[in-house]
This record gives sequence, structure tokens and C-alpha cells, in this order.
Amino acid sequence: MVWSTLARHLLTKPSPPREAGHSTAAALAERLQNLSNEKLGRSLAIRHVDSGSCNGCELELRAIQNMVYDLTQYGLTFTPSPRHADILLITGVAARNMGEALRQARAAMPDPIFTIAVGDCAVDGGVFKGSPAITGGADSILAVDLMISGCPPTPGQIIDGLLSLLEAHAGKK
Amino acid sequence: MSPPHLSAHAWQNHTGAFIALWTSGELAYALFDAGLITTSLEDGTYPALSPKHPGAAWFEKLSLDLNGHKASGVSHSNTAIEHFLSPNGTAPWPEFRPAPGEGVHQMAVGPIHAGIIEPGHFRFSIIGEKVLKLEARLGYTHKGTLALMRGKSPRNAARFAARISGDATVAHSLAFAHATEAALGLTLPPRAVQLRAVMAELERMANHTSDIGAIAGDAGFAFLDARFAWHRESLCAAANAAFGHRLMMDMVIPGGVAGDIKTGGDDAIRRSLDALETERPGLTRVFEDYASLQDRLVGTGHIGIHLAARYAAGGVTGRASGRQTDARTSPGYAPYELMELTVPVETEGDVAARVKIRLAELAESCRIIRTLLNHLPDGQIAIAPPATSGMALGVAESFRGPVWHWLNIESGLITDVFVADASTLLWPLVEHAACTSIIADFPLINKSVNASYSGVDL
Ligand code: SF4
Repeated sequence: MVWSTLARHLLTKPSPPREAGHSTAAALAERLQNLSNEKLGRSLAIRHVDSGSCNGCELELRAIQNMVYDLTQYGLTFTPSPRHADILLITGVAARNMGEALRQARAAMPDPIFTIAVGDCAVDGGVFKGSPAITGGADSILAVDLMISGCPPTPGQIIDGLLSLLEAHAGKK
Repeated sequence: MSPPHLSAHAWQNHTGAFIALWTSGELAYALFDAGLITTSLEDGTYPALSPKHPGAAWFEKLSLDLNGHKASGVSHSNTAIEHFLSPNGTAPWPEFRPAPGEGVHQMAVGPIHAGIIEPGHFRFSIIGEKVLKLEARLGYTHKGTLALMRGKSPRNAARFAARISGDATVAHSLAFAHATEAALGLTLPPRAVQLRAVMAELERMANHTSDIGAIAGDAGFAFLDARFAWHRESLCAAANAAFGHRLMMDMVIPGGVAGDIKTGGDDAIRRSLDALETERPGLTRVFEDYASLQDRLVGTGHIGIHLAARYAAGGVTGRASGRQTDARTSPGYAPYELMELTVPVETEGDVAARVKIRLAELAESCRIIRTLLNHLPDGQIAIAPPATSGMALGVAESFRGPVWHWLNIESGLITDVFVADASTLLWPLVEHAACTSIIADFPLINKSVNASYSGVDL
């Protein structure tokens, strides 16, 4: 049973869910084709830190790794270790209780890095703006290179933002 | 109707399944399965319930952190959400006492974890690879949500309720709306009630599919992870097509729903259900037949029936440990009294049982959504809450278990609020379950319970 089910799935290519922004994903893939690897020079590793989210943003960050959005096709991967990371991706408000951990994660990453704030909370505190339990958005703790707003941003918007960073980076060379 | 007011002695000796505790004004409140009780605060203290009801410990620490109200008769060695307690404004580590024994060492994990998940600190005492003790330190994502809700109208505070735990945004919005509607005596239009249930079941399915996949993924079985992640994506896309938001955030509001189901939304939902129903039997058999997967799941992270009962565990975790509980049927809320809901129960209490419950609930949610869509009544989708006063509890069964909202509203404004996510009673069970297995199985155990960090950090 296992093998027949497995075999069936290995032989049939999964069709993307119809409403899953397939066209967005395709358009993004095309843009990245143009941005060839030689321009990029390397693939980039992302270290994600949740500094006080409601966990909504994490759901969409995980979604960009599913087979519909397939983040790795753009040369982007998540890494557990800050030592291997080129991008520090922050979700959630800058909760007072996470400030020190966020600073330490940054310090553990080798320069140069890009810092990205994903989601309204990380951008400026979102709906939690002004709460005494937070210091604000990610930029209240460290310098942020790119902000991707949305509550939560859709997988398409997150990938779009990541690609714009890659493009800007490639343009700098 | 105000809840019964008990003497300190009667409060302390109250029996039943403990659900939540909080303080407000001059009173301490405790929620048991049989109902709410109160007692007076004396010099800002109330008799501790945690010696009898271990699940109360977190709530007692929380009341101290949030309101400065102390539980008399116990001393907790750490705080809940307030990490900056020392007078010089620093956040010292609490003392983690290792399990006794020769050769035992401690292992510290977090607050930042390896995967894309929320922050929390785990302190393991291990010998070899065997876990002897686990202490979780939470509170890292504390955002001050409850304080932000005070002074606002229920409609304005709803966006905070929707962000207590993003994965259960519909359930929390629903419990908050139920509390508001009970406090102000609102009766909802039937169309709103049914649309809410469609959203709640879609949310349950989206979470169950990703959890089942992630458990398989943690056991190194990428195929199931990939397939279930695809189904989650298909359900989120359908939710977006039907309600305009992939997580359906801010769609359930006090008095009804924020928008009607969109044209084509019905079809989109049915297609995603069809896709899942077609593939589910095959995927279930892979789960059951694959020996090396079963080897990782069976017997892992065991939560016994007695332990689950002690913490009044609800949701998937409770039902996998022999507890026939589901807030949709008991205490129950509309429209489930018409749905003849089957509540699956397993008794093994391990990771495998928690997967089984999720698989069974997927089928049931599919059935409910179809029934609701087939008989969607016409009419209004929302009514405006009046600017009156009242105090009430609201509950909704999230994918992980019941979430409770308690509200006090005066002249249309919230004067006080408390929220108890199911996770509050699930975290102690994760600490217990970890000690039945080796350290390498902890991700599996944690994922199989899937307690929320944000939901308890508030
Ligand atoms: S931006 Fe929205 S979804 Fe993301 S963490 Fe904040 S409240 Fe949650």
C-alpha cells in the first residue's frame, strides 16, 4: 500500500491549488530567471527570528517553502544557524522580552547582512504600537534594510520583497 | 447574572476540572468545567488554587505579573510574562533546578529556535539522551494585548482578539464575539452564525493538515509533509477566495461577520475539500502502514489519561488521552447543536494518537462545511452591538482546544478582559510528555501538541 501510494505520487506531478496565486508565483519565477545566478553570485541563507509575533507571520513564512511557492528555486533557504546566515528576517513586534535575544542573534551573524522586517508588527509595531510591553518595530532594536508590510503579508508579497532585495543587491555589484 | 461568590475557604476547596483563573477589580475569578466562581481579594491576595489544581500555577503567576495580585499559600520560583522584575530593570534568568542524580546535565534551548516558530526557552535535564525534566520559560512574545483592549468598544478591540494567536485567529475572534454577544444580549442572524462556523472549520482543517504534515516531516518523512502542506495551501487559498484573507483574520466580529462569502468562494472551498477528501484515505494508509514512521510516533510523548484529566486537557491533546471534550458540544454553541458532531477519542495518549484525532477531525470538518454551505440561509450578516453594559464569558473550540474570553463591558466600552488560550493548560503537559522520551523526540512531541506561545504570552 505504501509503495503504490508513494509511486502514484512520484509519477503524477502535483497540480498547484487553483487559488494559490499560481500566476504570482510564475511571474516571480520569471523575474528571477532574468536575475541570473552569476549576477547574484551566490545563494542566500535566511535566519528567521520571531521577536514577538502573533504567529500569523510564521504561517506564511512556512508557506513560502511549500511546493507551490518553493522558495529554494530562488536560491533562498532558511538556516537554523545565525553563523551561516546572510539575511536576518524578523517577524513580530520588538517585544521587550525578546530585545536581548534579537541583539545576540544579530551579533552572531557575520557581516555583511541584510535585515528584513516582515509583517506590520515588525515594520512599526502594527496593531500593538504604543504598548509598553514592546519597544516598537524591528528598527527599534537594529537597522532594517527592507520592510514588507501586511498582516500577515501573503506568501507572494514576502517572495516579492525578498526578490526586490536580491535585485537591489545584484544592481550594486 | 453574577457568578457565585465564595468564602476563601470554599474557594480553596472547590472541586472540579480547573480551566482558568484571573483577577479583576476587587475579585479573583476561577473557571471550572461546572462554571465560574469568585472570591474577594484581601490586601491584593487570594488563596492559591495551584496546590490542588496544578494547571492554576501559570494563571497565578500571570495575575501577579499583570495585576500585582498574589496567590497566598504558594511561592512560585519564576514569573510568567514579566521578565524584567529585578529592581535595576534587568531580566535575570530564573533558577532552573536540574533533576537530581549522578551525571545529569542541563541543556538550554531557545528562546530562538531552529525552525520558523515562536520563541520560548526550554531547559532540559538529560542523562545520555533520556529527558528527565523539562521546564519551559515563556513570556517572550508578551505584547500587552489585554491592556490594549481595555477602554475600547468590542468592535475596536476585536482586532486584538484576532491577534492573540494568529493560527487560531478565527477561534479567538469567535470566543471574543461570543463573550460580547452574551454580555450585551445580542441574537445573531443565522447567516452570520453559519458563515462563522464555515470559517472556524476551515481554520481547523488548515491547521490540522499542516500539523499532520509537520509531524511526519519531523520524523523525516518529507513526502507526507509536502502533500499535507499542499492541502494547507489549497485551504488557505480557498479561504482567501471566499473571505478575502488567507487566515480569515478580522472576519469574525462582535455582532456577526465582517463580509459575506464572495462569489465563487463556495466553489473554491468545495474544490479544496474535494482535493483533500480524494487524497486523505491514501495518505492515512501511508501514515498507518509505514513502519519506520510509526516507530517514531507510537508510544512517543505519552500523556496518560489521569494526567490529562488533572490538567483538564482539551482539544486534540485531551481527546487523544481519553477525554471526550469539545467546546463545540459542551458547553456548546450555535450552529453545532444542529450538526450532530462526532467527537473522536483515542486512549493511547501518544503522538500517533494525536495524529489519528487530527485525521478523524479533518473528515468531520469537511462534512460540517459541506452541510453548512448546502443550507446557507439568506439574510443579514451582522448587527451592531449596542452601547450597553454586561459581563460574560465566551468560548470557541480552536484547532488545539477551547479558548475562553471573559469581558466586562460598561456603556459599550470594555473595562476589563481576560483570555485563556487552550495552550495554558497544554504547556505543562508538554513538560510532562517530554520526560517519557528521548531528547531527539522532543520536536515531534512539541509539534503534536502544538501549544501556542503568543496565546499564553498575551
Ligand atoms: S503582522 Fe499581523 S500576522 Fe504578523 S505577527 Fe503581527 S499581528 Fe500577527
